[in-house]
Amino acid sequence: MPETGIELLEIKCPANYPYNYSAGKLLSFFFRALRDEKKIYGRKCSRCGKVYIPPRPACGPCFAPTNEWVEVGPEGILECFTVVYFSFLDPMTGKKRPVPYGYGLIKLDNASTRIQHFLSESDPKKLKVGMRVTAVFNEEREGKLSDIKWFKPVG
Amino acid sequence: MSERVAIVGYYQSRCEPEKREDHITDLVYEVTSGLLNKIGMDISEVDNIVSCSQDFLDGRTISNRTIPEVEGAYLKSEAKVAGDGVQAVFYGMMRILSGKYKTCLVVAHAKMSEGAQNVIANAMFDPFFQRALGLDETIAGAMQARVYLERYGISEEKMALAAAKALSQAEKNALVFRGRKTTKEDVLNSRMLASPLHELEVFAPADGACALMLATESVAKKWTSSPVWLKGAGVSMDRYYLGDRDLAEARALTEAASKAYKMADIINPASEIDLVELSDYFSYQLLQYPEALGLCGAGEGASLIESGKADADGEQPVNPSGGVLGGNPLCVSGLNRVIEATKQIRREAGKCQVRKQVKTALAQGSYGPCGQNQCVMILSAI
Amino acid sequence: MARRAGIIGTGQTYHKSKRRDVNIVELIYEAVSSCLKDAELDIADIDAVIIGNMEHFEGVYNADLWAVDGTGAFGKHAIKITTGGTTGASVAHAGFYHIASGMFEAVLCIGWEKQSDGDTTAGLIFQSDPLFERATMSGAIGTFALAASEYMNKFGITEEQAAKVAVKNRGNALKNPYAHLRKAITVEDVLRSTPLAYPIKLLDMCPTSDGACAIIVASEEFARKKSPNKPAWFKALATRHDQPFNSDLPLLINMRSLQSAAKEAYAQAGIINPLKEIDVAEIYEPCTFAELSWYEALGFCELGGGGRLMDSGATEMSGELPVNPSGGVISTNCIGATALIRVAEAAMQVMGKAGEHQVPGAKIALATGFGGSFWTEITILEGD
Repeated sequence: MPETGIELLEIKCPANYPYNYSAGKLLSFFFRALRDEKKIYGRKCSRCGKVYIPPRPACGPCFAPTNEWVEVGPEGILECFTVVYFSFLDPMTGKKRPVPYGYGLIKLDNASTRIQHFLSESDPKKLKVGMRVTAVFNEEREGKLSDIKWFKPVG
Repeated sequence: MSERVAIVGYYQSRCEPEKREDHITDLVYEVTSGLLNKIGMDISEVDNIVSCSQDFLDGRTISNRTIPEVEGAYLKSEAKVAGDGVQAVFYGMMRILSGKYKTCLVVAHAKMSEGAQNVIANAMFDPFFQRALGLDETIAGAMQARVYLERYGISEEKMALAAAKALSQAEKNALVFRGRKTTKEDVLNSRMLASPLHELEVFAPADGACALMLATESVAKKWTSSPVWLKGAGVSMDRYYLGDRDLAEARALTEAASKAYKMADIINPASEIDLVELSDYFSYQLLQYPEALGLCGAGEGASLIESGKADADGEQPVNPSGGVLGGNPLCVSGLNRVIEATKQIRREAGKCQVRKQVKTALAQGSYGPCGQNQCVMILSAI
Repeated sequence: MARRAGIIGTGQTYHKSKRRDVNIVELIYEAVSSCLKDAELDIADIDAVIIGNMEHFEGVYNADLWAVDGTGAFGKHAIKITTGGTTGASVAHAGFYHIASGMFEAVLCIGWEKQSDGDTTAGLIFQSDPLFERATMSGAIGTFALAASEYMNKFGITEEQAAKVAVKNRGNALKNPYAHLRKAITVEDVLRSTPLAYPIKLLDMCPTSDGACAIIVASEEFARKKSPNKPAWFKALATRHDQPFNSDLPLLINMRSLQSAAKEAYAQAGIINPLKEIDVAEIYEPCTFAELSWYEALGFCELGGGGRLMDSGATEMSGELPVNPSGGVISTNCIGATALIRVAEAAMQVMGKAGEHQVPGAKIALATGFGGSFWTEITILEGD
């Protein structure tokens, strides 16, 4: 059991591990489409026909290659949501993330899997599983997921 | 007695300094789907998977969370060995010997181009005593090289010669990127990274992946007419602090080898092993490791190389593939050694194929500063 | 030839939110020493050391190398297996494979995490895909909050039913000297606790803990000759991974990797009616809603029936199938150790060594591990 009454020291290591993640061919196509066309694409399995977001080279259940791009969204169904209240250190920015914010999983029209993204609404009473939402694109786009600003309720 | 375990197929992708077109999932899918297609195995016949990769290299807190679909692990059993590829083969072997599985896909990947390698390597050193010194693998290796050279009175030129031969041999290997005709002067004239190690004596970060298939004896012939049997395996671990170790010796490697030899009934490795593929992250390991493996006496590694015995057309070829110095990333490097040894036994090594018949081969891998954790496997044609 | 493998000793640290008095190596040493003492063995009796954690939490790459003096791995076969939250179960399973392969006689399996050395939420976010998930990912809390919204909507699960899980587990922890959080709570306490991410509140969620756990897995021959403890035999094990993105998965409405692994494990163990045939379960519940969903996937009740099963009291200490007598993950979460603690606690139950939180006469115990993209590792142990 721990002793008491002795001075305990610690070493601080503010770590900075810079990484440059390769998007590769498939994801580069996806992000270029967000940036240049304001369009969202899913990738279709050559065997079962499921349309995957995020795009990927192979469908896991079939272990078969995906081989076709399919335009999906920009509207879809909000299948899961939450509003985050606790702030935390965001490793993407190095700062605490501002709260509250809403985010959820959206099944875009024509896609078989969901996409995870922010919601324009941060009052849980105004969000409902099953409501239709639509993508809102930023004016300035860079070829990243944040080219979509968030999803907002339709109607 | 239990059934033996064999390698029934393999697939390698070309290692390059940066594979920008590939996402990690592309790298892995290329070798897993390539392997299954090559041996005619359906994904349903893969009973379980052992992968090898590192969170810090991938910049992802669970490095095998990127790849479940492309390694065939959808609703299947997979485990990740966070060390070196040779250990992953050993673990896969155990999983089959347990009786629970008949086949095991072993896959390794690394995309070192995505991270700042010195910073990553520095994170291996404890925050209290070694990290603040700015140590990375190269600096630690340089210290070990210095101690080894001093202990046995070996000149730096001899290390450089070993590197030159390795890089020249690597030119024959289409799957690695650092091969070219190299002299010991070329090596000595390359940039000094950390005395006494020059740039051409130190492994280069790389992107790549490779995979192999293990199968138990009763089903192995379904996929290949030339299974390569896993006859022996051994792992051992050294102390951690560089100051705790006698760096002139590769103690953990000697221990690991002795376990593998015992399992494979090898008494005189210098004459009973036909070919060796060892993980040479640094030039001095080409001298020190054969000694630790018992291929020659202490301090005789340099003479072994000078004699030509370890050349591709020598009596006991060492690294006819060009080795890790030829251009292999971490994790993948060890698995590639097992695959290259397999190719030699099956006479499928192309331009790197040695002329002599290879019945028994040794593959070695390690991870950690100065090879703290070592794994040795003995492969056999019969 | 496949051999029987059994757990002959367990050890844990006294889990705390911040162990400032030990460094990583010393933390591990505590669990290892405690385990060796429990099995009445010396480190020289051990012929392999298997270890795992999640390295980004402490920011130490290949921490197993530094930990060599605390793990006793010097000069031994040593291997590191890391699979996210399921790590602890993976090292236990690796222990089984090492022994069952016939190549080892007694192996030490260690899971550990010193969460306080780093930033847990940042570490969890770093686990998410950098191109698609990381900007929105809000830790385990956010993921379970999302999943809970769908789960509640589909099956009418209520926040009250979820709260009962916390009340049960935190109550059980009072009888577990190793547990991190040892304070009884009520359903009201849970419902009124600080909202973290709707509908997850502070008391719905697990803590972060510093802690380590170690077990020794041995062959039957070694166990009979050298250990005073009645082994907890591995009766079944199953692992399932899944697609890589949380957004691919059915999440709580059907924890499919758990369902699939349970099928295999039950078939291997010859279990047809788990609620009746399993005596005690230690399941990895990162939050209250998850435990309800895991009841369903484990076949203790039908899909969507988790809330009603909780209401029935069947999973209380006095019920038909006590779940998490140790207090579960809601009371202690040192992530690299957590799944191993489930196995260790299950072993303690069938070895008769669970002290005040012993389920009387427990013979068959189930342990689950959770992590990664909703992966599962199941272990079923049988008393000697």
